[in-house]
Amino acid sequence: MQAFEYIDAKTVSEAVALLDDKGEKARILAGGTDLIVQAREGRRTLDWMIDIKSIPEVNALDYDSETGLTLGAAVPCYRIYDDDAICNAYPGLVDATKIIGGTAIQGRAGVGGNLCNASPAADCIPPLIVLNAICVIAGPNGLSEISVEEFCTGPGQTALAKGEMLVSLKLPAPQQNSSSYYLRFIPRNEMDIAVVGAGASVTLDEAKERIVSARIALGAVAPTPLFAEEASALLSDREISDDAIDEAAQAAQAIARPISDMRGTSEQRTHLVGVLTRRALNGAIQRVKDTA
Amino acid sequence: MSEKKEYKVIGTRPIRHDGVDKVTGRAIYGADFQITGLLHGRVLRSPHAHARIVSIDTSRAEAHPGVKGIVTAEDLPAAEDKMADLGEGAVSLKYLCDNILASDKALYKGHAIAAVAATSPHIAEEACELIDVEYEVLPPVLEVRQAMEPDAPILHENLRTSSLGETGDKPSNVASHFQHKKGDIDKGFDEADIIIDREFVTGTVHQGYIEPHNATALYNPDGQLTVWCSTQGAFTVREQLAEILQYPISKIKVVPLEIGGGFGGKINVYVKPLAALLAKKTGKPVKVLMNRADVFEGTGPTPASFITIKMGATNDGKITAAQTSLVFEAGAYPGSPVGAGAMCVFAPYNIENVVIDGYDVVVNKPKTAPYRAPGATNAAFGTETVVDELAEKLNIDPLEIRLMNGAKEGDRRADGPVYPRIGFIETLEAAKEHPHYASPNGKKYHGRGIASGFWFNIGLESSVTINVNPDGTVNLVEGSTDIGGTRASIAMQAAEVLGIPAESVNPTVVDTNSIGYTAVTGGSRTTYATGYAAYEAAQDVVQQMKARAAKLWDVEEDNVQFADGEFSSINGKEEQISFRDLSARLGETGGPVIGRATMNPAGAGGAFATHVVDVEVDVDTGKVEILRYTATQDAGKAIHPSYVEGQIQGGVVQGIGWALNEEYIYNDEGEMTNASFLDYRMPTCLDLPMIDAIIVEVPNPGHPYGVRGVGEVPIVPPPAAIANAIYDAVGIRMTELPMSPDRLLKAMGKI
Repeated sequence: MQAFEYIDAKTVSEAVALLDDKGEKARILAGGTDLIVQAREGRRTLDWMIDIKSIPEVNALDYDSETGLTLGAAVPCYRIYDDDAICNAYPGLVDATKIIGGTAIQGRAGVGGNLCNASPAADCIPPLIVLNAICVIAGPNGLSEISVEEFCTGPGQTALAKGEMLVSLKLPAPQQNSSSYYLRFIPRNEMDIAVVGAGASVTLDEAKERIVSARIALGAVAPTPLFAEEASALLSDREISDDAIDEAAQAAQAIARPISDMRGTSEQRTHLVGVLTRRALNGAIQRVKDTA
Repeated sequence: MSEKKEYKVIGTRPIRHDGVDKVTGRAIYGADFQITGLLHGRVLRSPHAHARIVSIDTSRAEAHPGVKGIVTAEDLPAAEDKMADLGEGAVSLKYLCDNILASDKALYKGHAIAAVAATSPHIAEEACELIDVEYEVLPPVLEVRQAMEPDAPILHENLRTSSLGETGDKPSNVASHFQHKKGDIDKGFDEADIIIDREFVTGTVHQGYIEPHNATALYNPDGQLTVWCSTQGAFTVREQLAEILQYPISKIKVVPLEIGGGFGGKINVYVKPLAALLAKKTGKPVKVLMNRADVFEGTGPTPASFITIKMGATNDGKITAAQTSLVFEAGAYPGSPVGAGAMCVFAPYNIENVVIDGYDVVVNKPKTAPYRAPGATNAAFGTETVVDELAEKLNIDPLEIRLMNGAKEGDRRADGPVYPRIGFIETLEAAKEHPHYASPNGKKYHGRGIASGFWFNIGLESSVTINVNPDGTVNLVEGSTDIGGTRASIAMQAAEVLGIPAESVNPTVVDTNSIGYTAVTGGSRTTYATGYAAYEAAQDVVQQMKARAAKLWDVEEDNVQFADGEFSSINGKEEQISFRDLSARLGETGGPVIGRATMNPAGAGGAFATHVVDVEVDVDTGKVEILRYTATQDAGKAIHPSYVEGQIQGGVVQGIGWALNEEYIYNDEGEMTNASFLDYRMPTCLDLPMIDAIIVEVPNPGHPYGVRGVGEVPIVPPPAAIANAIYDAVGIRMTELPMSPDRLLKAMGKI
């Protein structure tokens, strides 16, 4: 591991100025559960580590049933799943925060870091996609916003330009009769990276018999997490049925373009996309039905 | 066993003597060791699985500030092709040295090429990147069947196959082929009404001990070399260093520090000679630590194998013949545990007609090392699956077919030995009587599997001295690394003899200058052999103390008896003194008492185990969940039942990992792609049910308390038991390990 400078940034503008000045050799430190490991193992060389945890905006966690959720980029997982209102509103995101690492890791690691690390297998990204999350980005020219499905551009690559950092994520308030679900397949029951991940959100009609709309997103089956747009659209205004869910699962499989590596084979992953899409949709539907 | 013996200490569960140090974090492990002026070593490893080393240029690294010394194979004494005697068997010195630092060829990715000592670990790491090595990359061969092909890449130009007493005439990757024969195999298959013939493949797996290899070495100007390290055997480290460094054994002292697991993987040395070479070159103490990737890529895993099993039985379930071919990968240098696998493959059964062929094959992977009952798990995966299939086809309960054919006292194993009293049948009966076996097993995609296993256990040399303290306690000095609670199990055997509580024995594991030769903690030998030595050393204490009592009372020694911690006089005088009170009077009766014993006991007594497992298969994902696990095992006599149960549970867990997910995954270039605990998937606590350990006690006639080794056999049955349970759940016979989700999906035709 190489020596580097540690900087404790106090404001967004200070962090942005540092990033703009130092360029590629500067990295943002939030939870550090990816970055420090990468630096230690020589997978990433850096000269400056800019800690953002002293910046108020990145620690924000504000939920309002009318306006939705503001989730600061450095908020660790445990603050999310410890909040009952957030658990009720965004269960799919909470599913992901509970399975990233173990309890100790969840005390440091956060959704923002998981997104910025841009792993194709990141557990938080599919639920963010199905929950229509918006990324709030600060840069030399001020704040800008993009949708979360546009954020990752390749393994470890993001849409952040030089001098830009993620400040927070904005999630719209959940609609009536809606819920979300995320699950992944791993060969063990913990300590693994997703072989495949699938997230789903659904909005049902008043009778909870028809799907008004749905969103499906996939992890670990392409260079970036995928929004399964066509599969999602197939479920618009459909009666809940195994056939409808199978159709969506097959459409999701059609967009998967997985690799074979030590975590799983391409055939296994494509097969699992179908299995997990069904389970995620059924899980989200069941959650709506279970809500009084 | 005729009568049940009553013991005061044996069979109880005292707190282990090393417990407080370990739970408070005070125990000093290898990496914790500190000494003034310490330099830090780092090893440069081959990025190629198979390559000729054209040149090594260390000049840029040597010029790097903070670098104090660099060693390559040229710094090792010229290794001629002679045999090195390592106590447990001779090995080629050239192979031994080349595995420490590659000379002409790199034979696996991770093969050590050079080592650097520097003022900090980071500088040493940077310097490794400044060493220029020119390689001529060669095609690797990673699998035994491919390595046996006539046109396979050859690892060692000088290696000739030694087969049944003949030596081949051209280079080959097959180091050796041997055969065991019993009875008439053709006649045996002729007598069979049903014959099952199957092929099995098992993956390369690692012991996965939590503590990486480590060593700190210091060369004194007087030529004395001291090495502090964690190891399964300080004396074997001393032997290996003496051979590799060609240095007098009397000038080497090895100090064993606390060890974080070994399971057979910490017998061979890797970084210890490097620390010694660097210490000699720099004149400073040098510490070399591995990281996890180094451990996976640069130390011995246990072999992958290709196994055929053919067994025949009559309609009423009698197994009439068994034949096997065991092809084991040795790794880069000859010496897989195929011999041990051959001893175990059919060992649980009394079969009249047997042929066993064993092959030791080199491939471009790290030189294999022992791992808990080395070779036996691979072999049992085949045998126990075929026995299950025989039972199924013959419509016989799987425990019944084992009871019908199970080996007993007087039966001869195919490789020669005749069994003394053994407890295989008793493990089967214990499994049959356990509520687990009677519990319902009918749910969809749930299944139950049975498998048995054998490990022969070993004896070898052990030394113990016991110093009596004036307060009636004793200090017990021994040379056996304590991995699984052996300080306690050894101390308890001495305590039983001396009639004192276990807590009154202070066991200490000492360096090679401070105790007689003691072989490795391995082969499930320590509680048996070092415990036996402790028993004998305690008897020696009793004998000497009787003489002291006789002196006090002015009676003949023969007239002093010792029972229940009290010395008393017989034949006349009414005298009595407790062990404790007599301990206070040793000075006045002739000076301190030191009991001593050395042993090389021959009656290790084999261990058998029978396991019952319930699984649930997720047929959509191929994932197998272990629902319930019961392991019965003959321990002979459980000295400390908690640690016997701990060994059984630990072995089962490792067996479950081997069965379901653990394996070295390689790409086409021969690079391991999962050299981390993230992707080398050992089971975690969330993957395991409570493992119910049932201790069966059929005393070993070769030990005063009946002890049998317990540490290894529990890893043997799990892969077969789980395979049999998967078959019961989904009707698919898995013949390849690990039975990972993708393999099971494939086998079920889902992908």
